[in-house]
Amino acid sequence: MSKRVVIDPITRIEGHLRIEVEIDENNVVQKAYSSSTLWRGIELILKGRDPRDAGLMAQRICGVCTYSHYKAGVEAVEDALGVTPPLNAKLVRSLLNESLYMHDHVVHFYHLHGLDWVDIVSALSADPAKASKEAFKYTDSPIATGEDELKAVQERVKGFTKKGSLGPFANAYWGNKTYKFTPEQNLIALSHYLKALEVQRTAAQMFAIFGAKQPHPQSLVVGGITSVRDMLSPARLIEWKTKYEIVKDFINRAYYADIVMAAAAYGTEESVLGGMGVKNLLCGDSFLLSRNKNLFQSGIIKNGDLSKVYEIEDEKIEEDVTHSWYEGSNSLQPYDGVTEPKYTGFVNGDTVNGSAKIINEKDKYSWVKSPRYDGESYEVGPLAQMVVNYARGNKPVVDAVNDFLKRTGLPVGALFTTLGRTAARMLQTKVISDNAITTFNSLVENIKSDDSTYTKFEIDKDKVYKGRFIGEVPRGTLSHWVKIKDGVIENYQAVVPTTWNAGPMDANGKVGPYESSLVGLKLEDPTKPLEVLRVIHSFDPCMSCSVHVMDVKGKELGEFKVGTMNSSASC
Amino acid sequence: MSGFESLYTKATERLETLSKMQAHKDIPIEAVLEQNGIERRDFLKWSAGIAAMLALPSQFTPLIADATALANRIPLVWLHLAECTGCSESLVRTDAPTIDTLIFDYVSLEYHETLMAASGWQAEENLEHAIQEYAGSYVLLVEGGVPTAMNGQFLTLGAQARTGVEVLEHAASSAAAIFSIGTCASFGGIQAAAPNPTDAKGVDKIITQPVINIPGCPPSSKNIVGTLVYFILFGTLPAIDVYSRPKWAYSNRIHDLCERRGHFDAGEFVESFGDEGAKQGWCLYKQGCKGPYTFNNCSTERFNQHTNWPVGAGHGCMGCSEPDFWDTMGPLEKPIDSHLFKGLNSTVDKIGSTILTATVAGIGVHAVASIFANKNSQENEDV
Repeated sequence: MSKRVVIDPITRIEGHLRIEVEIDENNVVQKAYSSSTLWRGIELILKGRDPRDAGLMAQRICGVCTYSHYKAGVEAVEDALGVTPPLNAKLVRSLLNESLYMHDHVVHFYHLHGLDWVDIVSALSADPAKASKEAFKYTDSPIATGEDELKAVQERVKGFTKKGSLGPFANAYWGNKTYKFTPEQNLIALSHYLKALEVQRTAAQMFAIFGAKQPHPQSLVVGGITSVRDMLSPARLIEWKTKYEIVKDFINRAYYADIVMAAAAYGTEESVLGGMGVKNLLCGDSFLLSRNKNLFQSGIIKNGDLSKVYEIEDEKIEEDVTHSWYEGSNSLQPYDGVTEPKYTGFVNGDTVNGSAKIINEKDKYSWVKSPRYDGESYEVGPLAQMVVNYARGNKPVVDAVNDFLKRTGLPVGALFTTLGRTAARMLQTKVISDNAITTFNSLVENIKSDDSTYTKFEIDKDKVYKGRFIGEVPRGTLSHWVKIKDGVIENYQAVVPTTWNAGPMDANGKVGPYESSLVGLKLEDPTKPLEVLRVIHSFDPCMSCSVHVMDVKGKELGEFKVGTMNSSASC
Repeated sequence: MSGFESLYTKATERLETLSKMQAHKDIPIEAVLEQNGIERRDFLKWSAGIAAMLALPSQFTPLIADATALANRIPLVWLHLAECTGCSESLVRTDAPTIDTLIFDYVSLEYHETLMAASGWQAEENLEHAIQEYAGSYVLLVEGGVPTAMNGQFLTLGAQARTGVEVLEHAASSAAAIFSIGTCASFGGIQAAAPNPTDAKGVDKIITQPVINIPGCPPSSKNIVGTLVYFILFGTLPAIDVYSRPKWAYSNRIHDLCERRGHFDAGEFVESFGDEGAKQGWCLYKQGCKGPYTFNNCSTERFNQHTNWPVGAGHGCMGCSEPDFWDTMGPLEKPIDSHLFKGLNSTVDKIGSTILTATVAGIGVHAVASIFANKNSQENEDV
């Protein structure tokens, strides 16, 4: 019998991802392969365009972490042209970023990742009265868990199941033994799933106040922001604050509480206590709170050793295409990378579910490249940012992490797991939502004496410009690199978070975070591999972000000297 | 029979047929409304709003309500091709007070990769099941362009690694109606911008059945839901323009109903982002606003429950619901500079001088824009 498991499509993510694993006779994963199955070529399309279009076009890389690539594109061009936006513009951009995280992470946990933890069918047999009491175990002030509310939720879901038509919940993994919540806990989480649909709408509105719309905002320009009328309107400011309080409230009373509940229920579940084969972590800094102060700092942790945090040296970053569908096999620095697609496809093979097209791991097998730092694989994302900042002694992070560990009784080491990765995303969201008000207050204070939102600039067609953005976005560290010549974009490239995490193995056989995280995982039923989904979803994959082509002419970007890279990339 | 009577009869008959069909979910709309604390009165108000949006007489309001109650007879299949998931995200943001969302999970959502619990083989089974079981009755919604270069292999889906083209053709073959959601599915979108490395195309260039385009990057959820309700109500597709966009949503120019239109007519323009004009909310034409060339309802419907929209936030419209806008409307923050519009920008510069010139220029913009909008295919003139 075949020992190959193919999962394609991985659903509840952005984009197109295939995961394959090989299992032994005990259904334990021995090897794993990660493949992205879509290529779009957006960086090539950017060439020859007006640099001021870079942000709006790059934004279309991803509609989930929408804004991330917009801001990155605009700020890369600003860096190239030497334009510094006014403080108001920087603070509004930071407010938008905070609003984005508060939206994106909530949607990820409840609507994308949640169904890996929550068995909806089990919730039907819960006792709403008991569940309502249970909710107080995880927070002093639960939300949407009144007995009447839980009963209504239960009734609503019963409607789905009545005729066997479960719609989006059909044919899933309900009843799998690695679902650890009691029926009552499942009902609490299910109620929050529905409540979160409402709250995320509010979070999107909060974003749109200064961003024009969400997804795909349209209020940033090279030199500043355009939503000056919204920024100067007291009504708009207070509208933001009101919505912010609603979303923050949900984060503290539901998201935080549900992760505490998950830690209690899943604290002994083996399949979520591994999931971290790469213990090297890399992150950027982010969230301007006031003129010179960021909420989080950048840095590197090697091999899980929290006693030392290293600074990032950008020249140590290389990308390998040995197993990626591009010409070449060398490990190259991003600006020397190659462009030419070389698709080799899949081969016929057997799987536990029957014959299929499968990855030939000896050949190329993904549109994602494999970034390496100093020859090693690194994980990026909320976990990396929390751990690096914990090790750096960043007070808001240290306090949040310690409180959480105390509350759950988990050791620090528990962070280096699938459960820990999911918890770190929540802790990041909590710290951001607790501190976003500082950005807001700085803005209000500054507006009193300064209403500027835009810095004028000229593009000299006879000059050559080069610049980059490096910073942290919801899925990890992101960088955009641009070269401008004859007044148009000559070169453009993006190095994104999911690439760091999802890349295939390199020339030396070193595997990346996705592939190594699955090794050792035991599957209850290999034909229905819920455990794999849970581990992969904990990274919050964003495939359309991760598939990028470095330019052939990128060599000219080789002159870049970034000095200390202040942040690492993710999306 | 008058036009109104004929339309009304058609809708009534359609609903009668639908009500006899078996429901995919055995839960009456009244129960769903009640569970969610929504009163019948509010529901009817919402229905009236939809009727107005679809430009239907108010007598249709109860029919809209009935059609919505029958929405569970319509299974939906949503495909993701070469896309960014922004259109799905837009749908998820759909209207407060949650009623559109209610409709969304009330209809039978058989396949949607971003929202569905099942993955891999189980997900593919769901898709196949919907195509077989509901052949001829499901609505296919497609998000994303279709890469056609390299035999379509720039996108593969599922364990058998079928190309996007194959999956689309298969799912389209038994669909009752096909909607292209967003500019990518409608016209190819960002990946189809020059030099279009994957030769990405809109859905209607791949399949032969009629396709309704609901462009926008992303389109507002109102335009998606409204088009769906129209189909449920009449069992036919709505009236469309030359680009297969429903007229009820895309027949007005952004510019014509723009809140800053008065400033255009008065010759008051933002000369530089962040200037006094920007603070006063003056016209963004000189900052590259493509409102005069763009057909959509953003200026009246706005986004995120009416929170804001690009022009409101001081950035011009970029023309995102027009075909090939990345190539024809760029640079996005500069007025269009092509032979089609020669002379127009210098005319705009003179506008401030007299009201008379302003009027003439106004007419000029619209006359030229009409030619632009009605031109079936445009060459990529400037990149």
